[in-house]
Amino acid sequence: MDTPTQRILTDEMIAEIREMYKHFPVKRAACIEGLKLIQKHHKWVSDQAVRELAEVLEMSPDEIDSVATFYNLIFRKPVGRHVILICDSVSCWIMGYAEIADYLKKKLGIQFGETTADGRFTLIPICCLGTCDRAPAMFIDEDLHRDLTVEQIDAILERYP
Amino acid sequence: MEQPLTQHIPKDGGWLHLKDYEKVGGYQGLRKALKMTPKEVINLVKDAGLRGRGGAGFSTGLKWSLVPSPDQVPGPRYLVANGDEMEPGTFKDRLLLEGNPHQLIEGMIIGAYAIQAEFSYIFLRWGYQNAEKAILQAIQEAYEAGYLGKNILGSGFSHELSMHTSVGRYMCGEETALINALEGKRANPRAKPPFPVVSGFFGKPTVVNNIETLSNVPHILDKGVSWYKSLSKCEDGGTKLYGVSGKVKRPGLWELPLGTSFREILEEYAGGMRDGYQFKGALPGGGSTDFITAEHLDVAMDYNSVAKVGSRMGTGTIIVLDDRTCVVGMVLNLEHFFAQESCGWCTPCREGLPWTERLLQAIEEGQGRMEDLKIFDDLTRYMAPGHTFCALAPGAMEPLQSALKYFRADFERHIHEHRCPWK
Repeated sequence: MDTPTQRILTDEMIAEIREMYKHFPVKRAACIEGLKLIQKHHKWVSDQAVRELAEVLEMSPDEIDSVATFYNLIFRKPVGRHVILICDSVSCWIMGYAEIADYLKKKLGIQFGETTADGRFTLIPICCLGTCDRAPAMFIDEDLHRDLTVEQIDAILERYP
Repeated sequence: MEQPLTQHIPKDGGWLHLKDYEKVGGYQGLRKALKMTPKEVINLVKDAGLRGRGGAGFSTGLKWSLVPSPDQVPGPRYLVANGDEMEPGTFKDRLLLEGNPHQLIEGMIIGAYAIQAEFSYIFLRWGYQNAEKAILQAIQEAYEAGYLGKNILGSGFSHELSMHTSVGRYMCGEETALINALEGKRANPRAKPPFPVVSGFFGKPTVVNNIETLSNVPHILDKGVSWYKSLSKCEDGGTKLYGVSGKVKRPGLWELPLGTSFREILEEYAGGMRDGYQFKGALPGGGSTDFITAEHLDVAMDYNSVAKVGSRMGTGTIIVLDDRTCVVGMVLNLEHFFAQESCGWCTPCREGLPWTERLLQAIEEGQGRMEDLKIFDDLTRYMAPGHTFCALAPGAMEPLQSALKYFRADFERHIHEHRCPWK
């Protein structure tokens, strides 16, 4: 059942965040680490999570949000069970990124930034993954897939139910 | 040919653990450094001719010497290893981070000793999970062996080292933006001066060095200046990690003498162009460097030589443009990246780069006008060095300006034929 008043930050998470800012002269220095921690547990960072983190770090929710929205790997919208990050930078572009991206959009029936209706995949373009000698490349969750061809995509996606 | 930085990296994709690193001379450089004065260490690195491998090529020893001594400015000071490798087309630090983390840690401890820093950080880009795991384990091994912590090897010098894994944005590679990110803030750049060596992390003196730069340091301390200089083919010292991506036979990464010729890297190491593709040009050191063309094939890939032909060695990772790839499309891809990655802090970059991208998009789609090419010149002037807080926008205009210089006819064909001739 949906319990909107349930807190996102557990006591354990708050303790972990306090441990982080102990090493810095100011509490707000743990802002990015705190956002990462929330995302590790919840896959994205909701408005409520921003408000709760703001209390712990003695910042305003807007200040937290200004950081959260700056970094592209902090998700401020819900994502699917699996997140596909396809590299759209120059080496991958030369090596055939566009065909892979078009195929993924068609196969999944979504555009960039969208999640499939069954909540299985979110598709996001991303800049250089630092694996340009093995282009084109993409991440699915924590797995890096390289030397991609359109023919391989179906089999790769099947590994992510 | 000596390859001190990479020769001991396991070929199976694993990393060099402490025991194996020590067997091949690991931490000998640190032992020697701790017997010298900090000033002697700085002078040695200066004499060796080590220049920053992150792109700007600033003398590492000189950068260290600009940190005020604890007598001049008491209190904490910091060293940061910049592992935010996000320049398009760049994949060199990945190998060092994944394969030889102790070499980096040793270089950091030596650098920290030289500037008398008690704390240092590894700033790691996101998405290098193998590197992250290796570094965390290596830090622990180094603590257990007494290379980190209190009174290192009985020298009286103490040092703490930790890692921050970033959550994206190209801007984090700029040293003042990186410091803001490390403080938990948006990665906007800071006005310089003051430079980070005087006022950096939480306002304290801070040195930011590239991963490859720091990985050179243990070898300089261990084997000395003349050995280090003998590794190179030019006036600056050492080897360089060179990479090639694009339509070549064997894309890859190789540690070679600094100053190896572009032709040798392209033809012998990368195997030349794939069958059916002609070499048309290349960005010699990542996405924010100027194109070079076939007339520059014999340029030596070192800082001064590449500058002489109007480009920059940058990161030393070459992106090859072939005759079947549209140069307008390639530059559009780059400007899309820079426009998106602009942090929005200063107006010329925030407004100028999206404008540049839209004009290129129009040209690529056959909607361009000849006047647009003149607007690119104006935009380049508005975003020239000195008009922006950091080097992002000036760097972004380098591939475009050089493409207009060498491949202007391709832009004009798009405009006259109202389409992309490569599609």
